[in-house]
Formats: sequence, structure tokens, C-alpha cells
Amino acid sequence: MLSTIASFINAAIIQGIPLLFGATGEIITEKSGNLNLGIPGIMYIGGISGIIGGYLYEHNNAAPNAFLCILIPFLSSILGSALMALIYSFLTVTLKANQNVTGLALTTFGVGVGNFFGGSLLSFFGESGSISLINTGLAYKTKLPFADSLGLFGKTFLSFGFLAYLAIIIAFVSSYVLSKTRVGLNLRAIGENPATADAAGINVNRYKYLSTIIGGAIAGLGGLYFVMDYTAGAWTNDGFGDRGWLAIAIVIFALWKPKSAILSSFLFGGLYIICVYIPGLSSSAKELIKMLPYLITIVVLVTVSARKKKEHQPPASLGLTYFREER
Amino acid sequence: MGTPAIELKNISKTFGSIKANQNVNLTVNNGEILSLLGENGSGKTTLMNMISGIYFPDEGQIFIDGKEVVIRSPKDAFDHKIGMIHQHFKLVDLFTAAENIVLGLKEEGKYNIKQVAAKVAEISAKYGFDIDPMKKIYEMSVSEKQTVEIIKVLYRGANILILDEPTAVLTPQETQKLFAVLRRMRDDGKAIVIITHKLHEVLSLSDRVSVLRKGEFIGTVKTSETNEDELTEMMVGKKISLNIERSEPENPQDRLVVKNINCQSREGVKILDNISFTAKGGEILGIAGIAGSGQRELLEAIAGLQHLDSGEIIYNNPKTGKTENLRDKTPLQIRELGVRLSFVPEDRLGMGLVGNMDIIDNMMLRSYRKGKSMFLERKKPKSLAEKIINDLEVVTPGATTPVRRLSGGNVQKVLVGREIAAAPTVLMAAYPVRGLDINSSYLIYNLLNEQKKRGVAVIFVGEDLDVLVELCDRIMVIGSGKVTGIVDGRTANKNEIGLLMTKTQGGEENE
Repeated sequence: MLSTIASFINAAIIQGIPLLFGATGEIITEKSGNLNLGIPGIMYIGGISGIIGGYLYEHNNAAPNAFLCILIPFLSSILGSALMALIYSFLTVTLKANQNVTGLALTTFGVGVGNFFGGSLLSFFGESGSISLINTGLAYKTKLPFADSLGLFGKTFLSFGFLAYLAIIIAFVSSYVLSKTRVGLNLRAIGENPATADAAGINVNRYKYLSTIIGGAIAGLGGLYFVMDYTAGAWTNDGFGDRGWLAIAIVIFALWKPKSAILSSFLFGGLYIICVYIPGLSSSAKELIKMLPYLITIVVLVTVSARKKKEHQPPASLGLTYFREER
Repeated sequence: MGTPAIELKNISKTFGSIKANQNVNLTVNNGEILSLLGENGSGKTTLMNMISGIYFPDEGQIFIDGKEVVIRSPKDAFDHKIGMIHQHFKLVDLFTAAENIVLGLKEEGKYNIKQVAAKVAEISAKYGFDIDPMKKIYEMSVSEKQTVEIIKVLYRGANILILDEPTAVLTPQETQKLFAVLRRMRDDGKAIVIITHKLHEVLSLSDRVSVLRKGEFIGTVKTSETNEDELTEMMVGKKISLNIERSEPENPQDRLVVKNINCQSREGVKILDNISFTAKGGEILGIAGIAGSGQRELLEAIAGLQHLDSGEIIYNNPKTGKTENLRDKTPLQIRELGVRLSFVPEDRLGMGLVGNMDIIDNMMLRSYRKGKSMFLERKKPKSLAEKIINDLEVVTPGATTPVRRLSGGNVQKVLVGREIAAAPTVLMAAYPVRGLDINSSYLIYNLLNEQKKRGVAVIFVGEDLDVLVELCDRIMVIGSGKVTGIVDGRTANKNEIGLLMTKTQGGEENE
């Protein structure tokens, strides 16, 4: 029994890590007032960019170096997702396009691009079969050296690749920056009231661009974790599923706090796979249980809205385009 | 009195064809409170915006401490130690006072909100502010928010403070507190300019008064050597004849009887304070007052759009002869009774018309409920739109042009024309000539006069006293949500109205 619970917790954390990357990235983005619904697409792009980088390296090197196996996909993933966020920023901040439409378009685009390259990358190089980066996958899955010697505890909490710890560190750092630094204060001011921030001499557009791009890059790492660690270097079309939307739901559930997003992500990760751990479920019952995270998010949304506590509301200017008033 | 802190020489500024400021000369000394007095649209705020870097003067020079300076942005103004407190606060609701004060500052060292709070407390103690630096803005009253704005500029080291109508949102007690603080800052050697149109405040607070009228600089007088009458005359000027036709009211009957209505803003400030008056059919009732004295709320209350705390609005229906209380009715029912409101807000399109829809569609906003079939009736609105375009000489490529593409004057003609077309029994027109050229303005006056001859009770809210005096049969003056007087348009003079506008009477007022 204990080992079942331990393995469930372990699986919940594994499922939660991509969600945590996505949620942290989206929180940073939303704090600037940008509602980036392109996050699900950006996470696909983060995954496929990592795959492409890793494939080009592994394909061209007979004896891949484990360090480069990590570094190259890592950088190409960040590059890909940052580029997506840059497109979003350019459209919504510079061209003042509607944020919802832009975000949804990017999601459709990102999923499509991911599946396109995922399905056809090998054929470009005259190979067949499906993508499987064994060396890269192994490098990403490298555990802490002492994990196995710590028994059940080590197995449950310490048996992850480095990206899992990075997700948690990023969440803590984001939380610190947002609440304890001048940059965080300025960023939050922009999300709440861009006109005031502008009058106080803060460069609103620069902050919006940077937070959206950094947030996008962080979210993209969720896609990278999924393809490199979770599926060990293999790509399946639509394999990432609807995890990107789940990440956006966590932003609401965690009330725009990166620290709360950590446990929320693990909770949602657990709910996402709990159907596997409940014996004797019919397949339709499993699908119903998979809806739980969304149901909980709706409940949270309703209760938070009803309580009207100002600190628990989304950034006041979220989703609105900022025009400097001119006469 | 100290040395000049800031000197303006021959400052001029135009917006399009409107001269907002013309050859203004102004000096503010250190250790002095200067009042800048003027009617609406006299260019007070424009002038101060040029000092605080929001606008750039077309002509003229600005000297600070004797040296000529160029102020191109709010940041330049900060660098010259100029701080302006606007009427609309620029604060982040969710932040504490201290966070708002330090927002956007690039200070040396690590960000430490406790240190900021300590420095805020120090400034508060020095000048006698009463503020908790860790309190969130959304929990604050209007006067506390204003205090935060003032501390914000002091924290940045401002030496010259400009306050734009600081008392407009304050209760009399809060006003006294503010004045005490301002006097302490004056004694500390700061130069303070307050923009206002309340004469008693000018007299009780300031050392000198500068008066602007329609963008022109009229003069500066010492407060100790002047009085209300002199200032009023400087402010409103001599009578100008406009030759607007005014017929004798025929057989005026009480159409709308407003009895003791009251309402409050969300902050608990009284917007309408025991207002009573009667609007008669066949006459034009003018409403004069400083902007924001409750004109908008009054009209909205009659139209059923503003919640009232108490009072009655009795409507004598000329068709049925019955009396009805409008407070029991929905805005739609009130409109069906023939009470029509055409309000022209500052941005013109804000109320009544939808900018992206064409003239026909905007006509349909009033008529779409009338059709019997499930499809919209377009023929009648179309002919109405064409009639308005012809009769009122609306300049437009056609009836299907989106309203926002029309010029301001034409937008107003469409708005007023639509309300008149419904054959109203009460027509409320607020600022219908705002921003219009002379010809268009006269067209609107004629429209109102036509309605008056038809026996409509016309309520005209205007800004220009010359127009009010020539157009209206009776003029009601309101100040701070109270009726300060009702005068006969044929015998009234501008000074009398100007004095009523700036008067804040009432028992609790303590000078």
C-alpha cells in the first residue's frame, strides 16, 4: 500500500513538472497584463525545438557527449518558445492586436508546427520510423547520484532529472522577484494599472515584451521536460495533449502566485493520472475523472470571485491593450 | 516672500484652432501659495500641464530659479523639482501607500519597503499628514489617496507643487486639513500653485491670485487687497452680445417637478444635495455650474440612470394629464413618456452613439424595439437618418458612414437630431455645443428654440455663461451638488451667475 502511494506521489510530481513550468511562465506573463493563451502552443514548440536541436546533434555525432546532449536541446527549446512569445508580444504590444485572438492563433499554430516536424523530421534526413533520441533522453533522465541510496524517500522525491528541480527553483525565484524587488513591483504595477506605471516613468512596453518572452521561454521548458524526460527523447504527435490548458488553469487555481503553483501543479498532476491508480474503472469513468482539474478550477474561480478579495483577483488590466492617452 | 521659484513669460499654446493659452505671464515665489483662478476652459490646467511636462508650449519661456529651462516630459519636470497632483489620481489600487510612492523610482541600494515606509512617516510627521504607509490604496478614502499623491511628489524632492482642483473631491473638514498642510509646506519655503474656482478658498488660503479667462492672462492681485466681486469680474469678464433669438415663453406649464433629490458617490461624497426645481413646458431652463458639480448626475437621475437616495421627480404627462413619479420607472419607460436626454461628454462618443455603427444603425438604437416582426425595420430609421442629414446639414459621405468618422460637430448634430426627432416633451441637452464652431452652435440653439416653441420643456446644460444668459428663460445655478440660485435669464448678469457658481454655501462650512 505504502509503495503504491509513494509511486502515485512520484507520478503526480512527474505529471506536475510540465504544468509547473507552464504555470510559472504564464504567471510572469500575466503579471504584465498580457493574457497569453498561446502557452499550450508555446509548450509544443518548446518540445519540438528541443527535439530538433537534439536530433541534429545526435544525428551528426557518432558518440554524443552527455553534456552537449543536454545543452543543445535546452538552448534550442528556449530559442523556439521565446520566438513564439516574441511574436505574441509584437502582435499585442506593438501592433495592439487582440490578446485572446492572438493567443489562440499561436496555440493552433504551435500545435501544428510541433506535429508537422514531429511527423516529418526523420523523412527530411531520409530516415523512417519515429523520433527517439536515446542518448539525449538518458542524459535528461540522469538522477541525483544519491537518490537510490535513500530508500523509498529517495525513490519518491529525488528520482527526477534536473529539469524537475529547475522548475521548482524557477517558481521560487519568480516569487521572490515579483514580491521583493523593484523590478517585480514595476511589473505588477503594469499589470494592475499601466497608465500609472507609465506616468511613474516605467517603460511599459519593454516590461511587457520581456516578461512575455521570459515567461514563454519558461513555459517552453515544460514541453522540453515532457519530450526529453517523461517520454525519454521520443516524440508522439499530440502526445503532450491538453497539458498547456491545464497549466493556464493552474494560474487561476494558484491565484497568480508562483509559490502556490508548485503544490497546485503536483495536485493537478495527481488528478490527471489518479484514474490509473483507482482499480476497476471503466474507460468512460476514467475520462470523467480526468475532468477533475478543470472542475476544481471552476469551483476556485467561482469562490474567489464571490469572495471579492482584491489580492486574489487577476491583474486588473489583464487582457487589455494599453494605449497611452494622447490628445 | 521669497525669490521667484518659477517664472513664465509670454507662454502660448494652441490646440488646432483653439487658443488654450495666450501670452501668459506668471510668477510663483518660494514660500508662497498662488491661486490660479478661472472658469472651465480658461486654460488653467493646460498652463500647469506645460510646467509639468505633459504639454510643450508653442511660444514663450519658462525660468526656474532664474535660469531658462526646457521641460519636455514629466521626467524633466521631476528633475526641476516640479510635482503636479492631478485631479485623477495615478495610483495602483492593490499596492500600499509606500509601494505607490516608490514606484518607478531608481534609488540606490537594495529595495526595502520598510525603509521607504520610514521615510514616508518622516515626511508625514514634518508636514502633519495622517497616513499609514502600509495601508492599501483600495482601502483608502479619497482624501487619503490625495495625501499619497502629495507625499509621492515630496518624496521625489519636489520644491514646486501644483495641485489641480484639490478640493473638488474633499469634504469641508478634509479641505481644512489639506489647507493646514499646504500652509505648513509654504512656511517650509515651497512654492505652491493651486488651481481652483472656489472663491472663498482662494481668499482664505492663497497669498496671491492669478486669473485666466478664455486662455488669456487677466492679471495677478494680492489676496489681501482684493475681494470676491473684483475676482468674479476678472474671471467672467464683460458681457459679450451674441444675438441668440429668444422668444417669450407661451403658456408655460409645470412639466417636471423635482423635489429634494439626493444621491451619493461610492466614496460617500454627496453629488446631489437636496435639489429641487421645476422645468416648464415652452421654456428653456439653463443649468450653470462648474464642471462636475452634479449636472451629469442630475440629468441621469431624471432619465432613470442614476440611483437616488431620496426625493421625488414628478412628471405631468401632457398627453394624459396624469402625474407620474419617474423614480418608479425604468429608463425605457421614462423615455417612452417623452423625456429625452442628449448628453455630450468630453469624448463626444461616450454616451448615446456607437462609433462603429453608421447613422442609420444609431437611429435604430432608439427604434429597434418597435417592429412587430422578428426582423429589424430599416426603412423608417433610414428616412429619419436622411432627414437629419438634410435638415441639420450633417456633413457626411452618406447615411451608412460609421459615426466615428464624422467630425465632432456632426456627431453632435446626429445625437441631438435623433432625440428631437422622437417628439419629446422634455428635452435635456447637456453641452450640445461642446467643441462646435459658431455656425453649428447657432444651428443647435435654433433647434432648441424650435422645441421650446412646440411646448417642450428644454433643459440646457451649458458651459458658456454668455450663451446661457442669452438663450435661457431661467437659469438654475448649481455648486457642489446644491442649487445655489435660480435667476431670470432676461435680467441676470454674468457676475451674478459667476458668484453663485463659485459659492459653496451651507451650515457646516467653516472658513
